[in-house]
Order: sequence, then C-alpha cells, then structure tokens
Amino acid sequence: MSMSSVLEKPASLLERARASYPRDRVFEFMQPRPAFDQPVDTRKGPILYVEGVSVSFDGFKALNNLSLYINDGELRCIIGPNGAGKTTMMDVITGKTRPDQGQVYFGQTINLLALQEHEIARGGIGRKFQKPTVLETLSVYDNLELAMASNKGVWSCLLHTLNGEQRDRIAEVLHLIRLTAQARQQAGALSHGQKQWLEIGMLLMQNPRILLVDEPVAGMTGEETERTAELLTSLAGRHAVIVVEHDMAFVRSIARTVTVLHQGSVLAEGSMDKIQNDPKVIEVYLGE
Amino acid sequence: MLIRRLLENDRGGQIVLLVLLALLVVVPLLSLGVSDTSVWHLSTYNVTLLGKYLCYALLALSLDLIWGYCGILSLGHGAFFALGGYCMGMYLMRQIGDRGVYGNPELPDFMVFLNWDHLPWYWHGFDMFWFAMLMVVLVPGLLALVFGWLAFRSRVTGVYLSIITQALTYALLLTFFRNEAGFGGNNGLTDFKDILGFPVQADTTRIGLFIASVLALMLGYLLCRLVVTSRLGRVIVAIRDAESRTRFSGYQVEHFKLWLFVLSAMLAGIAGALFVPQVGIINPGEFSPLNSIELVVWVAVGGRATLFGAIAGAFSVNYAKTWFTSLYPEAWLFALGALFVLVTLFLPKGLVGLAGQRKWRRTPKAALSGLPQQQEYAS
Repeated sequence: MSMSSVLEKPASLLERARASYPRDRVFEFMQPRPAFDQPVDTRKGPILYVEGVSVSFDGFKALNNLSLYINDGELRCIIGPNGAGKTTMMDVITGKTRPDQGQVYFGQTINLLALQEHEIARGGIGRKFQKPTVLETLSVYDNLELAMASNKGVWSCLLHTLNGEQRDRIAEVLHLIRLTAQARQQAGALSHGQKQWLEIGMLLMQNPRILLVDEPVAGMTGEETERTAELLTSLAGRHAVIVVEHDMAFVRSIARTVTVLHQGSVLAEGSMDKIQNDPKVIEVYLGE
Repeated sequence: MLIRRLLENDRGGQIVLLVLLALLVVVPLLSLGVSDTSVWHLSTYNVTLLGKYLCYALLALSLDLIWGYCGILSLGHGAFFALGGYCMGMYLMRQIGDRGVYGNPELPDFMVFLNWDHLPWYWHGFDMFWFAMLMVVLVPGLLALVFGWLAFRSRVTGVYLSIITQALTYALLLTFFRNEAGFGGNNGLTDFKDILGFPVQADTTRIGLFIASVLALMLGYLLCRLVVTSRLGRVIVAIRDAESRTRFSGYQVEHFKLWLFVLSAMLAGIAGALFVPQVGIINPGEFSPLNSIELVVWVAVGGRATLFGAIAGAFSVNYAKTWFTSLYPEAWLFALGALFVLVTLFLPKGLVGLAGQRKWRRTPKAALSGLPQQQEYAS
C-alpha cells in the first residue's frame, strides 16, 4: 500500500499511524493485510516466487538456498531423491514451516511468509498431502462442501445453508473426480485411489490458483494413474499445478517442465528430455 | 420447524426428549398430586435425586460436545461445573440476609467468623438474581476463553491438553480450599434459605428446580444438536479426524476449538448452577479431578459423539453409583474403574453402540468409523 493512497482515505487509526510514520517496517502486526479479494498480481508471469529459501532442522539443511518460479497456469513436476526437500518446500509455501531465510511471494505482492496456514489456503493455494487425507466419517458430498470456498468463520458456519450455485459447483466437481455415484457414501469407505481423487476434488472446491499435489498416484493401479494424469493435465491452464512424484513413468506422461531437487536446492530444470540427459541428474538420481 | 429439523434422523434424541417431557408431567404429579401414604407417591428425596442426575446429564452433554465431536479430552470439566455452582451458591448466600447464625445482614457467616468487616469486591452484585445468572455463564465461559486461547494457540493437543485441564481444576481446588479466597474455604457455601423468595427446602421449590433442570437439559440438547448438525458441526468433526486437512482447507482451527470449548464450559456452568440449590451445598470438593474423570466415564459408557449417549451414560452410571454406594460403599471406585476398562475394550461406542449393534452389523466399516481415529495409513 503506497503512502498516497493511505492519505487519501485515512480509514482506521492503524492506517493513519502507518501513514504518519512507517513503523510497519518494524512491527509485523502493523503491516497491511494482503488483499486477497483483488486478483493475484501475475503481470510478470510467475504466480509463485520462492527465492533463496533455507530451512534447517537441528543442523540438517532440509532446504538450502532454494529458488523456484512457477508461472501462472503451468504444470510443473518436481522430482528428487528422498530427503531432497520436496515436502519441506510444500510446508514452506503453505505456511506450515517458517524458513530461516528467503522469501516466498504469491503473485508480486502477497508475502506468504507473513500469513498463517488457513489464510494461505483461503487465498488460493490448495495442498494435497502425501497420504490421502479425507474426512473419513463424513460423506463424499460433505467433504467437498466443507472444502468449498466460502466464509469460513465460526458463526457463519453455524448458520450456513447451501445455495443453488454452490450445489452446482459440488456436482460439477463430483463429476470431474468421477465420484458422483458415491456422493452419499462415507469417505472412509472409498478405495485408496478414490480418496486421492476426493482430496484433489476438495482442493478444487477451494478455487485455488495453485495446486500443490504431493505424490498423487502413490498406491494407484495403472488405470487410475492414467486417469489421474488426465485430470491433472486438464487442470493446468486454469490453475498452476505443482506435482511432486516419485513415479518416473507418470512424470514423463504429464511433464512439461521438470525441476530436480537435490539436497535442498535445485539441481536442474527443463524439459524431461533435457533432464534425462543431464549428467548431474544421472549421477544423483536416474543413474542409481 | 427448527426442532423438527434438528431431531430428524435422531431416534435417540427423540426418545430422550419424549422421556424428558414425560418426566416433566409425571414427576410433579406423583410428588405433589399423590398423598404421602400412596405407593405411587414420589418422595422429595427421589425428586431431588432425579434433578441431580439431570444436572449431571447436562454436564455430560457439554463434555461430549468437545470430546466426542472435537476430540478435545478435557479432564477438568468439573471446574466449569463447580464455578457455575459457586456463582449460584454466592447468590443463595446473599439471600440468607440476617437469618444467619451471626445475624449479619451483609456478610455471610463464614466472613463474620473470619472477622472480615466488609464484602470482598467479587461478591458485589450477587444479591441480584439476574447478575448471578449472568455470572453462571460468564465466569466459566471467560475461564474457558483465556485457558483455551492459550492452549489452542500454542497447538497443545491430545494427552498434554488433558493433563493441563486436570492441573487447572486441581489449582482451582486448592484456591477454593483457602479461607482467604473468600468462598467459605473447606466448608464451601451452604445453609441456603431461599431462592427468588421461595424456601429452598420446600417440596414445591424442589419441583420447580426439577422442572428447570428438565427444561435446561432439553434446551441444552437442542442447542448441541443445532451445533453438530450445522456445517460448524461437520467442521468440528473434521478437526477431530484430520486437523491439518481442515486447516489447509482454510479453516482457522483454533477459533473453532475455542468457540466450542467456551460453549461447552457455559453449559457446564449452567448445570452446576442448577445442581447447587438441589443438593444444598457447594464446596471445593466439586473441583476434585476425580469428579472430572468420573464425568469422562459417563460419556464413554454412554457413547461418545452421540449426544443422547452422553445423557444415557450420565443417568445409568449415576444410578449405578447411588445403588452401589448404598450397598458396598468402598467398592464403588473399583467398579467405576472396571466399568471404564470394560467399556473401552468391549464397547468402544458405549451403551448406545450396543443398542445399535444389530443395525450396524450389516455395515461393520461404518460402525467403526464413528470413532475418532488417527489418519495413519501405510499406503
């Protein structure tokens, strides 16, 4: 927020204080809240900026000066051996882990490091966990309803009722993840692959700009894997999709750009062919 | 109508409310309308006993709301019950006026005994019924708010949270035992004379308090039902089953837990306030950690995450307690312990689960998934 715009309409005491003396550089709580109601600023191309991020746990560097840019609507695959920092990177982006150093921006203006998990989720970054995590005791329909982008405050949840538009949206996503027939079934009774899809469906209900998908095809049959590849490819374009996966055949089938992580930083980036012929990558990963 | 919507698909709740309605009619009739000599006469002792169970049932309901539905096992919920009780007790003490042993119109007897010459600041206002009733919900609610805010913000969960809730009630127990605290110390508050001008001991007043307890339980049930059937209720179950999934779906988990914890504490406070005039005494023993643990057993025996189960559990365990302690007083705690172990091992869904077992047998998976479970899967 620029100085002049604040001076034009001094709405609150806090804003006036900000305008009179730039204390907000000192005290975090005085920083203007990110304006999620406005479209994310992607004029320069990337929707996610990860710059120089380092995270260490008890001396072990899980991320080491990691820099990564994801373009709006891109489908990006991230691969790397175990312990390369893939999950930690997702934790940093979604607010679960705070990095020791570095910056993470959503669009050009929103600093994700200043936000909590639920704010990041509401703001448009959805995350699928490595283990499929759905709400087992609720029906498939309720799972989607719960994840739906809407006012997620306590009181509005107490009085909430679905409107027609929201029902249509749930039906649409049910169709997309091929669970229309199971809508009233308990999510706990779904097969492993169906749970993975349901979780992806829950992310879609949040209307995210970025989907972080951790190992979407783990434990899936060949046919399910194929359908998941189809689903993720169809989502790219409308959403930026970041897929972390071990299954190289799957990565090959969907990848446009692949990033290889190794020991907490980017080892190589480019098309699948380029990656496969990169001597560094062959040495640490493919060559094993 | 709202009530109809709330009780739809809730067979247990329908039964509970019907039974309560029946009690509302039958108990006053058998107590006041039938002569003392008749076999149908219900003694005041039994009316009071039933009233006591009703208060316990409301307390069990409040614990079930946070434990059964949200997975927060509070082992100090008796503290909120006792605080509500003390607020009511303070009102009743002020109603004694100059009829106490020392005849002081302003100070309760124990303060005169301690040579205090004026009322402590926190006793002011308790001579007014409306103020005391406000405090019955506000004091437990405020404590829950502060405690919950600190605990949930630091993401204290599971057994650690249970331990600090236990510490909370123990700390309050020690505080209220002190004479300097100004709550009557060891003896607590007792020797009540009247409530809203009606003598506490009179049969008609007892019936009035009984009716108030039935109504409070019915309204409490409907309120809890409103919460658990709303979207809020589904979010709460989601927090229980998969907290991080819920957080990454954009819910501020801490707010939901805190809101529910405060609501639950307020319900417990109301239960305590109704309990005190019926038993005629409130003392620090109500803060005893043992009471809170017994409360957990009621809910576990009745069946977690079914509101009517908590009510059934409170009634059945307390009835057993009344019966048992009159026969083998020393053995009760062993029986209680054994009950808890057996229920945990063989009836994870409680008595309610036992009743519904025939229906569940066809879909065993659904029966199991009603319980809180960790999302641990080897994929």
